[in-house]
Amino acid sequence: MKVELLSGGEILIRALHDEGVDIIYGYPGGAVLHIYDALFNQDKIEHILVRHEQAATHAADGYARATGRPGVVLVTSGPGATNAITGIATAFMDSIPMIVISGQVHSSLIGSDGFQETDMIGISRPIVKHSFMVQNPEDIPMIVKKAFYIATTGRPGPVVIDIPKDITDPNKKFKYHYPESVKLRSYSVPSKGHTGQIKKAMEILLAAKRPIIYTGGGVVQGNGSDLLKELARLLNYPVTNTLMGLGAYPATDRQFLGMLGMHGTYEANMAMHCSDVVLGIGVRFDDRVTNNISKFCPGAKILHVDIDPAAISKTVSADVPIVGSITSVLEEMLQLIKQSDARVDTQSLDLWWQQIEGWREKDCLKVTPAGNDVIKPQQVIQCLYEITNGEAYVSSDVGQHQMFAAQYYKFDEPRRWINSGGLGTMGFGFPAAMGVQLAFPDAVSVCVTGEGSFQMNLQELATCMQYRLPVKIVCLNNEALGMVKQWQDMQYGGRYSHSTYAESLPDFVKLAEAYGHVGVRIEKLSELKDKMTEAFALKDRLVFIDVLVDPMEHVYPMAIAGGAMKDMYLSKTERT
Amino acid sequence: MRHIISILLENQPGALSRVVGLFSQRNYNIESLTVAPTDDQTLSRLTITTIGDDRKIEQITKHLNKLIDVVKLVDLTEGAHIERELMLIKVKATGAQRDEVKRTTDIFRGQIVDVTNTIYTIQLVGTSEKLDSFLAAISGTTVLEVARTGVSGISRGEKVLNV
Ligand SMILES: Cc1ncc(C[n+]2csc(CCOP(=O)(O)OP(=O)(O)O)c2C)c(N)n1
Ligand SMILES: [Mg+2]
Repeated sequence: MKVELLSGGEILIRALHDEGVDIIYGYPGGAVLHIYDALFNQDKIEHILVRHEQAATHAADGYARATGRPGVVLVTSGPGATNAITGIATAFMDSIPMIVISGQVHSSLIGSDGFQETDMIGISRPIVKHSFMVQNPEDIPMIVKKAFYIATTGRPGPVVIDIPKDITDPNKKFKYHYPESVKLRSYSVPSKGHTGQIKKAMEILLAAKRPIIYTGGGVVQGNGSDLLKELARLLNYPVTNTLMGLGAYPATDRQFLGMLGMHGTYEANMAMHCSDVVLGIGVRFDDRVTNNISKFCPGAKILHVDIDPAAISKTVSADVPIVGSITSVLEEMLQLIKQSDARVDTQSLDLWWQQIEGWREKDCLKVTPAGNDVIKPQQVIQCLYEITNGEAYVSSDVGQHQMFAAQYYKFDEPRRWINSGGLGTMGFGFPAAMGVQLAFPDAVSVCVTGEGSFQMNLQELATCMQYRLPVKIVCLNNEALGMVKQWQDMQYGGRYSHSTYAESLPDFVKLAEAYGHVGVRIEKLSELKDKMTEAFALKDRLVFIDVLVDPMEHVYPMAIAGGAMKDMYLSKTERT
Repeated sequence: MRHIISILLENQPGALSRVVGLFSQRNYNIESLTVAPTDDQTLSRLTITTIGDDRKIEQITKHLNKLIDVVKLVDLTEGAHIERELMLIKVKATGAQRDEVKRTTDIFRGQIVDVTNTIYTIQLVGTSEKLDSFLAAISGTTVLEVARTGVSGISRGEKVLNV
C-alpha cells in the first residue's frame, strides 16, 4: 500500500475531519494561508467565512450549545487571534466545548515582534481549559485528538491550538495517521460519584420538609435533562433553573418555579430562601444567584453535585459534596430512591407546595399593558413564544431583553436557550444564532437582541447573506442601553450617563435591506402579532424585526443588592 | 496558615506559566517557588509556599489539579515532612565582626564558602524559619546581599510523590 504523504496544513484538515468536524468558522490571514489552501482542496469540511473573528467564536459557541458538539474556529495570528479572545472567554465562562486554531508567525520569528505576532498562548491562558503550541507537523494529529478530548470531557471548555506558519508548509510532507484513542496521565475525567456521598445526600433529600432542586448549565451540558425530570417527578419536589440551566427542566411543568437569582421569579427565590434542603446540580452558586452569600439559604443543608471539584464549596460550603458526571450521579440517585424504604414526607411536602402556591399567586411576571398602543418588551417575547410554539432556538445578547427572553420564553427543552450567562457578552446573540442555524438549517433560529448589543456584531448580516441563513432577529428597541439605564434609574438618581443615543440610531430596516435582507419595524401593540407572524412566515429569509418598546420599562423581580434571596424589588414601587 | 505544595509538572513549554498564572489570576499569593527537573526527564518538580485558610488552600489545590500539565501534587504541610531552603548571604566581615560572624555561622551549622579581606559569603541550609533566625542573629552585621532558593520539601517516611 502506498503511504499517503500530507503537508502540515493538510494533516490538520484531515485530522479535523477524522474527528468528525463538519463546519469551521473562520477568517483567513497570512499565518493561516497554507491551511486555507488545504481547505480549498477538499470538500468534506464546510468553512463559514464570518466578517469578524469574534463572530466566528460566538457562532462556533452557538453551534456547540445547540448540538453538544464542539465548535471549531480558525483565525490568523495577531489581530485575528486577539479578535477571538472575547469569544473564547465567553465560552470559557459557560464551559462550552470549543477548539480555536490560531495561526502563528514562522517559528524562527517567534519572540522577535514579527509582523502580526502575538503571544496567543499567553493571552488566552487564563480563559482556556488548555492550549497547545505545535512544534512539529507530525504532532498535529495527536494534538488535535487531545484538544478535542480535553475540550469535550469533564467540565468542557475552549482549547487553543497555535500553529506557526512553517508547520503547515505545503512543501514538507509527512505520513498521516490519526490516533484512535488518547490518554493523558495528568488528566482524568470524574465519572461516577462517590456512592457513600450519594447515599448520604439521598437520606437528607428524602427527609426534607422544604426541599428545592436548583439546577444549572451543567445539566444542559451534561445531557442530564431526562434524568432530572425523572428524579423531580418521582419526588414531586419543586425545581428552579439558573439562567444557564433554562430548558433542562420543562418551563411549562407544574413543578417548575421559574428562573432563580437576580431577575428570578418571586416564588423561586422565596422557595430557595425558605428551603431546608437545596439539591444543587450542575450549578456554581454564582453571585447572580445567591445575592449576599452570608444571608444565602439560612436554614438549608446544601447537597451539591458537579463534575468539577473546584466548583464545589467555592462560594457556598456544601454539606454533601458529590463530584461526578451529572448523568451517572442522577442515575445512581434514582436507583437508590427506588430501592430505599425511606419515603418522602408527603405531609410536609403538601404544606411546602401550599406555601409555594401562595408565592405563585403573586404572579410576579404579570404584564401590565402600557396603554396607547405602546408595546411592552415582555409582550414581544410572549408573542414570539406564541408564534414559534415555544419550539424555537432562542439566542440572546445581554441586557434587559435577555432577561425578558429568559423570563417569558418558556423553554421546555434543553439546548434551545443560547445565551452568554457567565461573561455577559453583548454581541454574542446574533453570531450565535448563525451557528445554531448552520447546525440546524430547518429549525427556527431567533436572536432576541437590543439595539445596543446588535450593533456590536451587525457585520454578520453579510455572512448570513452569503450562506443564506434565515435567522430571525427580534430587536427590543428601547433606544438605550436599557439595563445600564435601569441601574442608573435605581441607583444613580436617573442620571443617564452615556446610556442613551436615540437620536443617532440607524434605520434598522434600511440597514437590513442594505445587506439584502428583509427589515420590519413595529411600533404599535395592535400590529405586533400580525407583523411578527408575517416576518416568521418568511422561512428562507433573514428578517430583522425592529420593535419599538416602552423605553421606561425595568426588569423585575430584581434582587436587592446585599440582601438575601428573598429580598427583591417586585416593581418600581413594591419590594419584598 | 502557611502551606507547602509540591507539584509534579509535565516538563512542557508554558507549563510553569500556567501554574504561576493561576495564582495571580485567582488572587492567591506565592511566598516562594522553586522548580527544577527531576530524575524523570518528562517531569519537573515545583514547590510553592503559600498562605491561606483551609478553604483557600482547598481551592488552590483543586485548581492546580485541574491544570492539564499538573500530573500530581501534595500539600506537604498536611503530614510530617522535611522542608529545606538554601541561602547564600554576603556580609561585611571586618574587625571584631569577622570572628563574631564566623561563630554565629558555626552555631547555625553554616559554611563560609567565599572569603575576601572584608567579606564573607555564607551558605546556610535549613527551614525558612532557621534562615530567618540566622538573619536576625547577625543583624548587627552589614548584610550586603541575600539570595534564597525558596522552599523545597519532601514527605517523611514511606509516603512518596511520583507517577
Ligand atoms: C461587551 C459588553 N460591553 C458592555 C456591557 C455592559 N452592559 C450590560 S447590558 C448593557 C446594555 C445593553 O443594551 P441593549 O443591547 O440595547 O439591551 P437592553 O438592555 O436595552 O435591552 C451594557 C452596556 C456588556 N455586557 N458587554
Ligand atoms: Mg436597548
